[in-house]
Amino acid sequence: MKITLSDITKAFPVRGKKGADVVAVRDFDFTFPDGTLVGLLGPSGCGKSTLLNMICGLLAPTEGHIFFGDSDVTKLPPEARGVGFVFQNYALYPHLTVLQNILFPLQNLKGADKLSKEEMHSRAEEIARLVQIDGFMDRKPGELSGGQQQRVAIARALVKKPRVLLLDEPLSNLDARLRLKTREEIRRIQKETGITTVFVTHDQEEAMSISDTIVVMKDGALLQSGKPQEVYQKPQNLFVSKFLGTPPINVFDGKIKEGKLFIGDAAVLDTPDLENRDVYVAVRPEDFDLCPSGAFVCPVHRIEVMGRDTSIVFSHESADAPVLRALIRTEDIPNTGATVHFSLRRERIHLFDKATEERL
Amino acid sequence: MEKQNKKAWLYLLPALLFLGAFMVYPLIDVFIYSFEEGYNSAAQTYHGIGFYNYSYVLRDPYFLQALKNTFILVIITVPVSTVLALLISLGLSSITALRKLFQTIYFLPYVTNTLAVGLVFMILFKKTPYSDGLINLLLNLCGMSSIDFIDGSYAAKMFVLCLYTIWIVLPFKILILTSALLSVKQDYYSAARIDGTSRRRIFFRITLPMISPMLFYLVITGFIGAFKAYSDAVALFGTNLNAAEMNTIVGYIYDMLYGDSGGYPSYASAAAILLFFIVLTVTCINLLVSKKHVHYE
Repeated sequence: MKITLSDITKAFPVRGKKGADVVAVRDFDFTFPDGTLVGLLGPSGCGKSTLLNMICGLLAPTEGHIFFGDSDVTKLPPEARGVGFVFQNYALYPHLTVLQNILFPLQNLKGADKLSKEEMHSRAEEIARLVQIDGFMDRKPGELSGGQQQRVAIARALVKKPRVLLLDEPLSNLDARLRLKTREEIRRIQKETGITTVFVTHDQEEAMSISDTIVVMKDGALLQSGKPQEVYQKPQNLFVSKFLGTPPINVFDGKIKEGKLFIGDAAVLDTPDLENRDVYVAVRPEDFDLCPSGAFVCPVHRIEVMGRDTSIVFSHESADAPVLRALIRTEDIPNTGATVHFSLRRERIHLFDKATEERL
Repeated sequence: MEKQNKKAWLYLLPALLFLGAFMVYPLIDVFIYSFEEGYNSAAQTYHGIGFYNYSYVLRDPYFLQALKNTFILVIITVPVSTVLALLISLGLSSITALRKLFQTIYFLPYVTNTLAVGLVFMILFKKTPYSDGLINLLLNLCGMSSIDFIDGSYAAKMFVLCLYTIWIVLPFKILILTSALLSVKQDYYSAARIDGTSRRRIFFRITLPMISPMLFYLVITGFIGAFKAYSDAVALFGTNLNAAEMNTIVGYIYDMLYGDSGGYPSYASAAAILLFFIVLTVTCINLLVSKKHVHYE
């Protein structure tokens, strides 16, 4: 089931101030493709959870329409939409056992959908096997670890065989190790069920690692969407380039003059295709080439070796951060002099217009 | 370790002394009194040990009357006030406009003096040479004849006493239940909504279990409070409760000690011990029931 959001806007009234609404989501236009795992990514407060709540029907959009497949569900209440929702803190009923929690949605079914007791139990057991919690059916949520609670929450969301699965910050309550494991688990469950899944996160690594598609949001607006690697390699604006990737991308103030790119006073690259203008030059840590004759010269602070990564920590007067990082191969560690020379390649740096911050 | 122990006992000493002198010793004393037959408080003598005090109290029609009154009071006021408080709290927590105002209004009786409330009830219910009381005026308007609530039939008097007790205990219960309802996480209701849970089912399967610890607390303290009722009856019917057939167990104990027919600490002690065992039994039953139905997170 594909989900289409057409020009969705959500404004919240501010108490005591008429007309001064807070716009949480603005003119959001996007289609979530059928059967894929989509990561909704953005800094906290960017409106991604609001968007998720509108898809499931807990919130109504101020403007715009939501379609599941071809049918307009904008006016439908949550229970009529056929969505499964996993809350950030799981919202498992603490007084019910795992089995009772999973059965809960099934026991609500009425009329033609009503299931017999045996059917309910077999459905619950089937889904428990899928998320691998079938050994804990008689425990209360309080007796489970965070990761197990997460699985129960997913099982409860899936047991009604929803058309869409929505997860709000599914990994934020887990410790680092469990996070890695659980995100693979979410990926596996999504692939096995083939259900269209949207999950919200502020962690770019999380979104990049398991999503088929990522959607980057800021201030309620869609900035860029696409395959994770595409977005990473071709960010459409400065914000997206900075938001994705660890260590973060290095940004310099630059200038294009007579077909050459200048950072500071040094002409570091030929750019015959571009007119004269001020630009931001963004270079990912892995995209610096060490080269003794390179035109881009920076003072070196130190060499840092951390696990598999070796990086040169350096600085530059035109950079937006006091410390910059370039990832290099261990065998390329330069003789630690006072400066390091890099050469830059056009296809591996990103140029953004200084005024609009859009990609050139 | 030894030193730590001494220090700990030293810290505990003041509390232990006071509790011992004013709680434990009197308790033991009451227990002993209740078995001393023919005790004379002036001479501090008695002429035997046995169950005579208990058999006297249990055959005393005033005690049986007080026992009956207390049980009726407990059985009616505890469930009615708890359910009423729950309904009002549900209403309070589901409105947003004016909630604060209504919360204040419902809490006002709690900060009002018991006797002041008693006075208002007098105006509502008491028959005087000048007026039949406000409630009777209303009854007359509806075409019914006046009822003497304060000096009339047993049922009428019991009705007023129950109403008065419920009115007195309601504000505190509403306060506790409103905050209990507001502390239930909104996510549970959102999750239930997405699953299409009916309102009835949300109430019985989510809300009720979530607030069950608070509800249980109110029921236990409600039972104990109602068993210890006395001042409410005095506020409505005056001090001669035996004549009004409205005495309670605590009232009976008081009368045996200090009332016009008083001066019998042995009978009072026996009645107090009986009350203690009644409350103990009921509380134990409550605890047993709660094990199955109260959910602590």
